[in-house]
Amino acid sequence: MLIKIQNLKKEYISDNVVTKVLHGVSFNIDQGEFVSIMGPSGSGKSTLMHILGLLDRSSSGLYEFAGQNVNELNDNQLASFRNEKIGFVFQSFNLLPKTSVLDNVILPLTYSNNRKNMSERAKKVLDSVGLGHRLHFFTNQISGGEKQRVAIARALVNNPSVILADEPTGNLDSKSGIQIMEILQKLNEMGNTIILVTHETFTAEHAKRIIKIKDGLIISDEPVIKQRVAQEGVLLK
Amino acid sequence: MNYLSFKQAIRTSIKALLTNKVRSFLTMLGIVIGVASVIIIMSLGAGAQSLILGQVQSIGSNVVSITPGKSDESGPPTSVLGIVVTSLNLDDLKSIEKAKDAIGVDSAVAYVDGNGTLTYKNNSYDASLEGVTEDYLEVEGGNLSAGRFFTEEEINNISKVVILGSNVKQELFSDSDAIGKRIKIKKQVFEVIGVFEERGQVAFQNYDDKVLLPIKTMQKVLVGIDYVNVISFKTNEAFEVDSVISEVENILRDNHNIKDQTGASDDFSVRSITELLDLISSVTDALKYFLALMASLSLIVGGIGIMNIMLISVNERTREIGVRKALGASNKNIISQFLIESIFLTSIGGFIGIILGIMISWLLSVIITTLGYDWVFIVSFWSIFMAVVVSGLIGLIFGIYPAKKASKLEPVEALNYE
Repeated sequence: MLIKIQNLKKEYISDNVVTKVLHGVSFNIDQGEFVSIMGPSGSGKSTLMHILGLLDRSSSGLYEFAGQNVNELNDNQLASFRNEKIGFVFQSFNLLPKTSVLDNVILPLTYSNNRKNMSERAKKVLDSVGLGHRLHFFTNQISGGEKQRVAIARALVNNPSVILADEPTGNLDSKSGIQIMEILQKLNEMGNTIILVTHETFTAEHAKRIIKIKDGLIISDEPVIKQRVAQEGVLLK
Repeated sequence: MNYLSFKQAIRTSIKALLTNKVRSFLTMLGIVIGVASVIIIMSLGAGAQSLILGQVQSIGSNVVSITPGKSDESGPPTSVLGIVVTSLNLDDLKSIEKAKDAIGVDSAVAYVDGNGTLTYKNNSYDASLEGVTEDYLEVEGGNLSAGRFFTEEEINNISKVVILGSNVKQELFSDSDAIGKRIKIKKQVFEVIGVFEERGQVAFQNYDDKVLLPIKTMQKVLVGIDYVNVISFKTNEAFEVDSVISEVENILRDNHNIKDQTGASDDFSVRSITELLDLISSVTDALKYFLALMASLSLIVGGIGIMNIMLISVNERTREIGVRKALGASNKNIISQFLIESIFLTSIGGFIGIILGIMISWLLSVIITTLGYDWVFIVSFWSIFMAVVVSGLIGLIFGIYPAKKASKLEPVEALNYE
């Protein structure tokens, strides 16, 4: 079991007002799964994804990642956990501006313990997402779809245990969106664990399992009966 | 942090600084100006110090002067502070001269200083007047280009004779002969009996602007006093300067009825040129470091500028910090990134400041030399070393707060920052 979540709660306190976002969610995710976390905005799915990505801490409940209770980790350990075990793909790409595609992909490597052949490793991953010809372009010189592929390359470069994609197609046109979903599905076929956060049913159905969340609670957790296969040319909606 | 990640951090910093070229340059400017002014002031201070010391040294190391009034070992003599002390007189000179062979004094001279306007026909000239005794030339050196020096008889007779510095002669008589001519000082008529060769500046006195008179003439006719301002003597080279000084002190104590042999009750102070040099060095050193301190205040202002810009930069790059943290940057990574950036900024600024400071100091030394001073261009290794260390330290000190602030950002909040 890769991820074990039990009765996870999250509340924010500001000006003495307590806002409960997660009311106690529990689920497990195994190695090699492709899971969508789906819910409308305000459902708590972003908060859940932040906690899953070790960017935020839960208020209570258990979160075990690869057998490690992450509540016991300090900030530094969390940082290296994020670096080694988690690859992020964000809706707004979050690439460094005025920086080359290659340097963006090298970035996570510079924070890791294995800093050998960084450039070669980054190039290899960029090749695999079809961006071998864009290495020295600045991130503001490439298209949105290409940006998201750079982000995927950056997420992959450290061989993470899980890829967390937060609305990865949200800022893309449908054609680029399909390309991204195709890449994610291929990565899953190759054995990567992927967690996809989205509010769209269509996008969510590219996964093998959907966890639906509403008002801070899980309302359903079911396998996808007919997984959509992303292929270029397939029209959305 | 190992070498590779250090290299990476440097690269990141350079990139960040190059992204905002104008801003980086303006921020650096504060440090550039601060470092340059410290270097320039240290250089000018050292140059001025060596000029002063060189001038004093030119008097000769075996010349000793006695000034009226007691003084501390290290402080200036009372008379220098503008207090008139009348404890030295011509009898003191007489006593020293009487014992001179026994105690190792070569020759001695007494001085009374004053100012006055000399007139000859339609020409007039303000000069510094100096009443001296007959052995003046033996102690001070210098040669006459025409005429003769005055004699002991002329001193005792209160003769109205003068010897002109070359410049005074030139101003009053231009190229014509001055010997035997009569000039007026304070409505009294004096005969010119000698003219000095050009001597230039020694110990800040322009000898060419001086007019020498018999000391008693100066005392009785022009100033109206019976004491002297200074007595100088030259020691015999076969004697230790220090032992000659203590012999002279004993003579003066005898003369002044001072029983205390410790020197605590002395109403005079005896200083050799060597002591004077030490005194001057300590005063000019203090002045030099004080000025350098003032200049380094601008470095602190520069440092605050750095901190300000780094804070803005941290704010602007909040999202970037969030991304870096999401990708695995530890707090230490973030701190070092911003610290290296600010240290880099101040070090480059410091480097440019050093170059600029040296160039300006050199330019100034050329200008000062052209003005006729015996100026030496000095930039000490220490001032450069200090500039490097201080500018680096400023980057460190003023960079720590913004860097810490950056590292403490929560990853989620930083990522969601708009």
